[in-house]
Amino acid sequence: MQRRGRGLGWMSLGLGVAQLAAPDVVRRISGVDDSATARAVVPLVGARELIHAAGLLTSRRKGAWAWTRVAGDAMDLTALGMALAHRGGSRRRRLLAVTGVVAGITVIDLLTAVRAIRTKEPAVHGARRGGTMELTAATTIRKPASEVYAFWRDLENLPTFMAHLEQVRATGDRTSRWTADAPFGKDVGWDAEITEESPGERIAWRSIGNADVPNSGTVRFVPAPDGVSTEVHVALTYDIPGGTIGKAVAKYFGEEPHQQLDDDLRRLKQVLETGEVVRSDGAPWGKRARKEFPQRPAQPLSDAELAKGADA
Amino acid sequence: MRANTWAGRNKVEVRDVPDPRILNKRDAIVRITSTAICGSDLHLVDGYVPTMQDGDIMGHEFMGEVIEVGSGVPGDKLRVGDRVVVPFPIACGACAACAAELYSCCENSNPNAGIAEKMFGHPTAGIFGYSHLTGGFAGGQAQYARVPFADVGPLKIESDLSDEQVLFLSDILPTGYMGAEMCDIQPSDVVAVWGAGPVGQFAMDSARVLGAAKVIAIDKQPYRLRMAEEAGHIPVNFDEVDVRSRLLELTGGRGPDKCIDAVGLEADHGSAHVAAYDRIKQAVRSETDRPHALRQAIMSCRSGGVVSVIGVYGGLLDKFPAGAWMNRSLTLRTGQCHVQRYMKPLLQRIERGEIDPTRIITHTLPLDEAARGFEMFKNKQDDCEKVVLKP
Repeated sequence: MQRRGRGLGWMSLGLGVAQLAAPDVVRRISGVDDSATARAVVPLVGARELIHAAGLLTSRRKGAWAWTRVAGDAMDLTALGMALAHRGGSRRRRLLAVTGVVAGITVIDLLTAVRAIRTKEPAVHGARRGGTMELTAATTIRKPASEVYAFWRDLENLPTFMAHLEQVRATGDRTSRWTADAPFGKDVGWDAEITEESPGERIAWRSIGNADVPNSGTVRFVPAPDGVSTEVHVALTYDIPGGTIGKAVAKYFGEEPHQQLDDDLRRLKQVLETGEVVRSDGAPWGKRARKEFPQRPAQPLSDAELAKGADA
Repeated sequence: MRANTWAGRNKVEVRDVPDPRILNKRDAIVRITSTAICGSDLHLVDGYVPTMQDGDIMGHEFMGEVIEVGSGVPGDKLRVGDRVVVPFPIACGACAACAAELYSCCENSNPNAGIAEKMFGHPTAGIFGYSHLTGGFAGGQAQYARVPFADVGPLKIESDLSDEQVLFLSDILPTGYMGAEMCDIQPSDVVAVWGAGPVGQFAMDSARVLGAAKVIAIDKQPYRLRMAEEAGHIPVNFDEVDVRSRLLELTGGRGPDKCIDAVGLEADHGSAHVAAYDRIKQAVRSETDRPHALRQAIMSCRSGGVVSVIGVYGGLLDKFPAGAWMNRSLTLRTGQCHVQRYMKPLLQRIERGEIDPTRIITHTLPLDEAARGFEMFKNKQDDCEKVVLKP
């Protein structure tokens, strides 16, 4: 979508420049070189094209700007229709050819604009109807595998860096109770069991019972080539249901579900290497920052802001 | 407290903001005694660095007195009452980058690493007062600042050197020095430095300290060239002479052995049509950086030489002379300065009198007049080279 919008922007720029720089050539090609009205209209249309170009090339909301092109196309087709009514011979043929081209461009503009509306859906695969989402990510932590493994194996540590978890409580040697953070869907909790553990190397787990969002995961700890660090490779699978919870989960993961897991692992690295999740004035809430932008300004928090805490 | 904030493109404003407090255990709070305006602050004010927000406190060159430390700062590292210079990159000291002394590439200090990763491929360190791309940390053009990883960065000043003598250890002196160090200077080397602003001046002084035979300063501001000349460097005014021919003349036709770009993404160009080309491309967002100085440095450098880049680049540029770079065996070296690596050795050079950082200060203003300082520095009024602000 962004690419097609940009393409249309460049086309507008080309047309606009041509109509402003060489209006007579444009009028001859279009078969309206006999008209005084066209002499005035062509540069105006050129100026309009430059506005489309500016919008399409610089704005992030290319969909809205594609609609301005559709409106422009309608104007052009109307003008061409009026011109056609008064002409015959070779001028009429040229006019018909140009009208055909404009009609074709109108179709592309319309498709682009309509698609811009449709692409607002979340990127989670089949989220509306439910479906499976698989996420993988990796990071390297400058600590021995045994230490990284031990931290992860104590599942109660997971909420310190995994944004979607409120709490994990061990209920047995291999079983645990997990509670999701509010944005993931209120009061969502599930039981999980460790299905495989190989100290210092690998842990696998899956949800059991009637989990709202059945899920499973594996994490592998691999010594890095530097002889000091550990590569952490994580794979998570969510069976996202339809309905309210499915929608909440899909909304939570947003358009870039992988970003969530990448950020989780970045925080794991911060916790293990520096002791805690790093905070700044712009991003003061650690893992509770739901999205990176917009942020609060990079200036200290007031007492009121501190008391209020992160936006849910 | 009072703090100088970004208030939109081309506008800074000193405002009342809340006092900083400890957010992480390894933080310290510093009462600032001196701070400065950096050339790279102008890139923020001119709107070339994305992710600035209204109200962001600016400034990454500052020093002062520690008034509070977090529970995770060991007493043998830093105590209340210590007088410290704070390095501009925030570094954890524990990741692989820090272990390799690549502090400005710290893997943990940028809470907004996700954005930086999209922009740069891999994330970079947090930086004080330098956009949300580098973490959204409040800067040091203020009465107080929160300093994360206070057990790693701040350099204690235990001698009676003045603020003015040590303040620039926070950024521009190490940055200039690293520019020269990356050149691997040999006693026979002629070193040319593009840009005679504060960083350029320190790159020149450092090149001399590191043993260069001849140091050339390229700029168009007569007062900046005069300043370089007074420090013993050879001035070349690109508004008056053709840089390439002048450099060939000064080097017996060889070209400088080592070239340092201390200009960065907002370069001026002697030739109007090239300047217009890049300015337009920048305006329509089809390149973010105007690299005239870098292009000229690459074209001028002798074959097999080193081009060292310490001027700031933010995104993408074009017409990069890859052919000259590749076919003539040039080495391109660069980096945001790994300040922590250079603070102690450079402090010793200052103590021994080998480098005098105070020579570039032209203006000292109260913090409340920050906006005027920016105006003078940006428009090169009143022969402005470096502004120090006193909170």
